[in-house]
Amino acid sequence: MTRTTSWTTYLQVTPLALVFLIFLVIPIATIVVVSFFDYNTTSIIPAFLSQNYEELLFSSVTWQTYLQTVEFALMAWVLTFLIGFTLAYFLAFHVRSATWQQVLFLVCTIPFWTSNVIRMISWIPFLGRNGLANMTLMKLGIIHQPLEFLLYSNFSVVLVYVHLYTLFMVVPIFNSMMRIDRSLLEAALDAGASGWQTLTNVILPLCKPGIAIGSIFVVTIVMGDFVTVRMMSGGLSSSVALMMANAMSLLQYPAAAANAVVLLLVVLMIVAGMMRVVDIRKEL
Amino acid sequence: MRHGKRGPAFYILAAFFALFVLFLYGPTITILVLSFQGPQGQLTFPMTGVSLHWFRNLFETQMVGDISGALKRSLILGVVVMIVTMVFSFSAGLAFRSRFRGSSLIFYLAIASLIVPSILISLGIGLLFRVLDLDPAWYTSAFGAHLTWTLPFGLLIMLAVFNRFDRRYEEAARDLGATPWQTIRHVVIPIVLPSLIGVGLFGFTLSYDEFARSLYTAGTFNTLPLEIYGMTTNITTPVLYALGTVTTTVSFLVIAIALIAFTIVRRRRERHGSDAGKAA
Repeated sequence: MTRTTSWTTYLQVTPLALVFLIFLVIPIATIVVVSFFDYNTTSIIPAFLSQNYEELLFSSVTWQTYLQTVEFALMAWVLTFLIGFTLAYFLAFHVRSATWQQVLFLVCTIPFWTSNVIRMISWIPFLGRNGLANMTLMKLGIIHQPLEFLLYSNFSVVLVYVHLYTLFMVVPIFNSMMRIDRSLLEAALDAGASGWQTLTNVILPLCKPGIAIGSIFVVTIVMGDFVTVRMMSGGLSSSVALMMANAMSLLQYPAAAANAVVLLLVVLMIVAGMMRVVDIRKEL
Repeated sequence: MRHGKRGPAFYILAAFFALFVLFLYGPTITILVLSFQGPQGQLTFPMTGVSLHWFRNLFETQMVGDISGALKRSLILGVVVMIVTMVFSFSAGLAFRSRFRGSSLIFYLAIASLIVPSILISLGIGLLFRVLDLDPAWYTSAFGAHLTWTLPFGLLIMLAVFNRFDRRYEEAARDLGATPWQTIRHVVIPIVLPSLIGVGLFGFTLSYDEFARSLYTAGTFNTLPLEIYGMTTNITTPVLYALGTVTTTVSFLVIAIALIAFTIVRRRRERHGSDAGKAA
């Protein structure tokens, strides 16, 4: 009996395992292998060189780009956390009817189902030189010349990150909040805690797993992003992934692969730090 | 606290929430309006008239590349990814109910698949196909790349569902003489169906909108997000907005269909559930 059960069990999990093997494990291994290859203008040549890494790590451009990417990730993380936490807090503790909670939650999640590229484009008529923001401010007499920094700048990059990824914070934090036993809040209130003290000493610690999950999503996405940076900075800023994409378009595959390995290590280190806060298996 | 009068905190937070919703929807609504821009209109306001000019423009192949082809490919890919994600995650969810050797490994592979940046997976699969001298195509390499994104979500959702699954239903079915297949077909699947629809819907939209994972895996023929991205770099007319309106409408249609399916399943279940004890 146990033998037949385990046989079906393995059969049931095989398709999933095969997909991960073929399209995750082997490709990542390929990146690692290719990162040691040699290359010229037309082809890649199997070899075992550390040259790709040396060229990468001894270039100041690399360090600037990594710094810029970490900066973007940090800004996006802080902003999405502050906004996401506030929204989740409102939904979980201030909206009283379950129906309204569901409806408002749905309102937050619907844009997520639409194309990211389109959502980026849709900022153009808003932020451009003759966009709505500048027109309105000029009509109100607050400014006399269009603000140039609104579109194609680090400002618009971070704005779009917040626009696209705050949801990744709201959902897990809201989930954590809904699991908090409401009697704990009353206990805190009875013990004389102010609303703010309840928030920082009871709710915030209990939301740590949700915050960690949201943070992992936002940080890994921004660390690996290049579409937003390319489209919203108008070529003025760079990111690690954009650097990789440029190497790819020049057919410098081993150089791109070496960069990919470094990026992967950086991201895994950040995530390992965040995973200490949360046991994902317990969260299901 | 819960039944008292609403304090100022409520109104401040509600205003914040409303502002966020405006921030979320404002730009999309703007391009929705601007996509009906008159034929002489620009990328920004004012509107020079109301017309369908840019929508017609969109589907003329020679003007803006192969939008209808890309749309078709993305829809097919999305549907296939949806079905495969539902089947594979359901089946793996069943397996994960018993602790088998390697279950932790597969679980952490799924987590890794979520946190490894999409562009790296795209690059890896692209390189793998190059090393093996295979041609990447949207229905092979991009299909696999999308699955590495949809399956982890599917698996995590199914794990959460089966954690809350009451196994007594299955035991009851078995006691009544159901075969293992009958138990799954008539007991397990109906119970988890709403979540399974959720997994499928999630899979479809993730695939339909996926850009980074398609980038080095789609091969000669673009999927829709790649086509859109290509257009943004060389087109500066409201055709872009018409395109935005069309793809957003498709996304909304999918959500609507899923929500309707969801409601129908729930209604049917309520009706079926209520006949307990009423049998002659």
